[in-house]
Amino acid sequence: MSRRSLPEINAGSMADIAFLLLIFFLVTTTMDVDTGLVRKLPAMPEEEEIIDDSQIKARNIYVVLVNAKDQLLVEEELMDISQLREGTKAFLDNWGKDPNLSDNPQKAIVSLQNDRGTSYEMYISVQNELSAAYRELRDREAQKKFGVKYAELKGDNKKEIRKMFPEKISEAEPKNVGEN
Amino acid sequence: MSRFKKKKGGGTPAISTASLPDIVFMLLFFFMVTTVMRETTLLVENTLPQASEVKKIEDKSLCSYIYVGAPVAGMKSKFGTQPRIQLNDAFRLSSDVQEFVAAKRESTSEEKIPQLITCIKADVDAKMGLISDIKQELRKAKAFKINYATFERVE
Repeated sequence: MSRRSLPEINAGSMADIAFLLLIFFLVTTTMDVDTGLVRKLPAMPEEEEIIDDSQIKARNIYVVLVNAKDQLLVEEELMDISQLREGTKAFLDNWGKDPNLSDNPQKAIVSLQNDRGTSYEMYISVQNELSAAYRELRDREAQKKFGVKYAELKGDNKKEIRKMFPEKISEAEPKNVGEN
Repeated sequence: MSRFKKKKGGGTPAISTASLPDIVFMLLFFFMVTTVMRETTLLVENTLPQASEVKKIEDKSLCSYIYVGAPVAGMKSKFGTQPRIQLNDAFRLSSDVQEFVAAKRESTSEEKIPQLITCIKADVDAKMGLISDIKQELRKAKAFKINYATFERVE
């Protein structure tokens, strides 16, 4: 047998094959990052367990109601969503000064109740404003103590600030007043 | 004056395309690494609301997605115009949520079960009644960690 050198394989179509694969992956995959508001749901109440909220003083509860027309009632007063953040901050950051607002941030609870007809968009805006109020207070405290923002803190320092302003948002079972 | 004569057979020489496959493969690997497979086809309209206090989800494989919204244009005649719940690839009722969460737990390794998170991707026009039903079911199923999917708004 005569030995001949193997003919070279034509690699010209390699690019086409790679393009085909590339386009397949472009079509079937997604790249979007999932972002969102993280919340923790409360456990289902046990049947014999009676929730005793008489221990909590009325001044320490910040009542936020949203009706089916997306209107806000905060502490029995009509409020625009743009004022909710400042309102919540004033409530949390009171330290016993105003007798209608909280004793201190550890005791303060934000109670949120919405109607079944409330739009999801409004609900998210309200949740966002409440979170923003807590975040701004935590940021301020973190700046004062450690000179950095709350999100940049780590470990025990973060825990300390979180303990100072614990995010207590309680959600009542929704009412069905404005049937839609 | 032959000194200024142009070269014969003018025009530029052909650019070598030998490295083209390498370049395309590089792109291909980039996309393979940075993206994830699309798991469901959306059957509902899904415009997410905007929020500024958002957190990123680090591991998408720990997420189970619940879509809420009005059926898309082609589905309206069959499923109506009211917002509905989509689990995996079909319209479901809120009573199916517990089963859906259980199935996700089943397919996750044991040490990762506490980290599971339920992502609620609801349309801006959805009403809270439906979302509340889902939340109640999730509480019953003891899936307490939830995430309201939103777009990030820069303030």
